[in-house]
Amino acid sequence: MLDSGIRYMSEEEAKLGPIAQRIENVGRATMVGVSEIGYCGSLVWETIYWVFMGHKMGQPVRLQSIFAHMMESGVRAIPIVGMLGVTVGMMLAIQGIYTMRIFGAESHVTIGISFSVVREFAPLITGILVAGRSGSALAARIGIMNITQEVDALSVMGINPVRFLVAPALLAMIIMVPCLTFFSDVIGLLGAGIYVAVDLNISLAAFWDQVFEWLSVDDVMHGLGKSVLFAILIAVIGVANGASVSGGAEGVGKVTTRAVVQSISAIVLTDMLFAFMVTR
Amino acid sequence: MSETKAPLSETKVIEVEDLVTHYGERMILKGVSMDVRQGEIMVIMGGSGSGKSTLLRHLMSLEAATSGKMSLLGRDIAGLSLKETYDLRKKIGVAFQGGALFSSMTVGENIKLALREHTDLDEMTMDIMARMKLEVVDLAGFEDLAPSELSGGMLKRAAVARAIIMDPRLLFFDEPSAGLDPVVSAQLDELIIRLRDAMGMTIVVVTHELDSAFRIADRITMLDKGHVLMVGTPDEMRSSDNVRIQNLLNRRIEEEELDADAYLRRLTGEDRANERA
Repeated sequence: MLDSGIRYMSEEEAKLGPIAQRIENVGRATMVGVSEIGYCGSLVWETIYWVFMGHKMGQPVRLQSIFAHMMESGVRAIPIVGMLGVTVGMMLAIQGIYTMRIFGAESHVTIGISFSVVREFAPLITGILVAGRSGSALAARIGIMNITQEVDALSVMGINPVRFLVAPALLAMIIMVPCLTFFSDVIGLLGAGIYVAVDLNISLAAFWDQVFEWLSVDDVMHGLGKSVLFAILIAVIGVANGASVSGGAEGVGKVTTRAVVQSISAIVLTDMLFAFMVTR
Repeated sequence: MSETKAPLSETKVIEVEDLVTHYGERMILKGVSMDVRQGEIMVIMGGSGSGKSTLLRHLMSLEAATSGKMSLLGRDIAGLSLKETYDLRKKIGVAFQGGALFSSMTVGENIKLALREHTDLDEMTMDIMARMKLEVVDLAGFEDLAPSELSGGMLKRAAVARAIIMDPRLLFFDEPSAGLDPVVSAQLDELIIRLRDAMGMTIVVVTHELDSAFRIADRITMLDKGHVLMVGTPDEMRSSDNVRIQNLLNRRIEEEELDADAYLRRLTGEDRANERA
């Protein structure tokens, strides 16, 4: 009796079944995606609320906590950002000289390197690095705190979890990602300059002269502006994924991976959209 | 059962009326009504899936109900602003099942957290207060250890010290005996009774451990499949004619006895000896 419905289903209905199922799945996935984007938006809004209203509510966002996050996601990332910055700068110089040599214009390579490093590569590489390093750590931390009821413990102690956990991390990233990006700008250009100086037999001072001649403050701000957006994306995606954890240690692993993949995807997409909109 | 020196107060600290709650389309609590009186130890019991953990989350104001009314310390939960909710939560303490101590902090830092967030006390005063609370739970001298360095029983006692740091009027315990050996479990029960007697706290305990429940409870709320089967003293519960209650109590006891016997037989090798015979 139970399978009679399937037996009497018309051929057309049977064909539509899996299609309808897929449409339903797409619809459900879309709803989950929209709801996650909404949740990320609400995290940003709540953070802004607690930053400005925290004192009035008797729950200020603690500077000490922001500094601790700045130390973790910013200062401790300096060595790896520096190493990658130099590498990317040199790589751009190598490729740039190789390409320009075809036209016999290798002496103009500095223009391309300067714009590429400051407008694109430094913010992008720094964003990806912070996503992999701090975004994943944030997702794992919030995820484990959720599983072990530490987030509930905060709530019942009268401590707002967004104010205590999210706001300091988000603010620290908004401050430190642009700082790291600027550091990456300088170190990337230095790496490129060293290679250019050796390969084209010019002085490092001459390289810097050309850099300052071509680069404007707007170019630097273009990169730094993007890095602020990247910082917000990394923090809220990390927190949103951590908050959605279920299924114990395996669940934490899954959301950590998901947070990194989503952050990097969001960074690359935002980078393209930002570049498109700003250069129009 | 704990020995109450005075009759139960008529002042109600918690009042729940016809509470209904859903997870998705599934109804978990189906019209729960109960109350908790000032200075009593109320134990909420029930089998798996009876809704006792969900009820506890509502009592701690961590979940919003689909319908029904609930008041906590004389305040209607539904009408509270965000600030009022947080102010109310400062008057309650919770000892979670696994302790829920913050792993990034020492035991002492965990205990001082609420003081640090809600008061302007200086560091020395906070240290003294934390040490006093650790003494109450027999953990003096453990403030500099990380939570990962504590045993299960110690973790739960440290969680109690954190829960009572603000001298709350109302204290919740979520499965205090879970995962503990009988001796440590009995010590924790004694601590719960001591907190009620010495500090005048009202205590709500969610547990499925019969021995522990009957040892500490002034009254028991028995839940079954989202309904309240009965609210009464342990004696009233034991002598109830309700078949469902007797089934729950007896089956549980039998299961535990069977499990314990089987475990002991395995431990002593009695089973293998019998097989050889």
